[in-house]
Amino acid sequence: MKYSIFSLARNAVSYHENWSAAWRSPDPKPAYDVVIIGGGGHGLATAYYLAKEHGLNNVAVVEKGWLGGGNTGRNTTIVRSNYLLEANAHFYEHSLKLWEGLSQDLNFNVMFSQRGVLNLAHTPAELDAFSRRGNAMRLNGIDAELLLRDQVRRMVPLLDCSPAARYPILGGLLQPRGGNARHDAVAWGLARAADARGVDIIQNCEVTSIRVRAGRVEGVETTRGYIAAKKVGIAVAGHSSHVAAMAGLRLPIESHVLQALVSEPVKPILDTVVSSGAVHFYVSQSDKGELVMGGDIDGYNSYAQRGNFPIIEHVVGALVALFPCFSRLRMMRCWGGVMDMTLDGSPIIGKTPIGGLYFDGGWCYGGFKATPGSGWVFAHTIAQDRPHRLNEAFTLDRFAAGRTIDDKGMGPYAWAH
Amino acid sequence: MLLIICPWCGPRDQTEFTYGGDANVKRPANPDTLTDEAWANYVFIRENPRGAHAELWHHHASCRRWFKVRRNTMTHEILATAKLDEELPAGT
Repeated sequence: MKYSIFSLARNAVSYHENWSAAWRSPDPKPAYDVVIIGGGGHGLATAYYLAKEHGLNNVAVVEKGWLGGGNTGRNTTIVRSNYLLEANAHFYEHSLKLWEGLSQDLNFNVMFSQRGVLNLAHTPAELDAFSRRGNAMRLNGIDAELLLRDQVRRMVPLLDCSPAARYPILGGLLQPRGGNARHDAVAWGLARAADARGVDIIQNCEVTSIRVRAGRVEGVETTRGYIAAKKVGIAVAGHSSHVAAMAGLRLPIESHVLQALVSEPVKPILDTVVSSGAVHFYVSQSDKGELVMGGDIDGYNSYAQRGNFPIIEHVVGALVALFPCFSRLRMMRCWGGVMDMTLDGSPIIGKTPIGGLYFDGGWCYGGFKATPGSGWVFAHTIAQDRPHRLNEAFTLDRFAAGRTIDDKGMGPYAWAH
Repeated sequence: MLLIICPWCGPRDQTEFTYGGDANVKRPANPDTLTDEAWANYVFIRENPRGAHAELWHHHASCRRWFKVRRNTMTHEILATAKLDEELPAGT
């Protein structure tokens, strides 16, 4: 059923009790052309674009829990494409362009709001680096504006822009087309659109092993039985090392916990996304009115989906230092998600040494904004058995070949990216 | 909050420590003759288990020594610690 003002009116007559389910819940078939492991945003987007752009409908997405119950439902929903290096810039910009049309494309409102993403600069050196990054972005056709302190103050009057501030603000780099989206709606909209094109979405079905014979993938063993597949795509960021090990692959990835927290809801007060790399902090306001904020990863390997107090204390301290007016807001809840941290800070999307097995992961803490772009290029890679122009740099073998994509120049330390 | 038992100073808050990653990474003895593959394994490939993980920590706020910790990555439980020249007791 197409969602529209007419379907809304029609269902209002029956007191909204007769809406059909947004997607089916079929039993797994014995065999598929493509099985995608992982029913988060990336896996669902991959299945959707496989069906829509490549005509592959005999596709299953297998998910160990429920849709959007992993990192898709745990992130802080920020979308941007403000990268320095070309491979990252072009890939994330393509993803941002897909975001701009995603609600219409899916016939599902993902509440994409281009409210701008502002990175604060606190030192002259940082401002110089932002000027360089902003120029690189503009040369790549991406919007970027370098702001000085007075412009930052006019744009976000709540920020403490006084010279005596704990973290003095000298300026910032603004990407006006950045913003955020409703993360649950992204999972639901993609699932509904993929299902409408014939994709089977199988929840509560955990992959327990990957069957490989003579260097080629044959299918997956799951908690709901064996499923044969000509091709298998892994999109399980957070648990990539665990799943890839089922096929004997070792990855340049560490899993770390990243926390986020929200305040009690307040009336609209912050109409953009503000972040500070130097202070390790970012904040935005959700449509429900909560301030959504976070900072660094906790910094040690973890699959626990929860972190510890030092980071929470740091994040709240940074909030109050940058925005003194928020000092009496109470924090409502906090949570953690498991991040695939690659050792160069960029994702891995491409073929593996095993025929018919493809890998998409290593999203560090930036996977949400990549959701449609990741699905777009991963679907292409699976359908054509070769990478798309936009992901040919993101190979698994770039580490041995000396072609790492280290946007921040941090070196091989997962906790530094 | 993690309570980490430094083999030199005893139990202390996690804020006194810096993480150092996989404790089993060893610099190859023969870098001149190593293949690119083997070198990349040393620089980039890490153990990333769900469960017991042998890792390095640095007690930066006190004795400034590196040491080994075996910690459960699912529960954050500290299972054992040892000095660098000691073996970590086996654990799960």
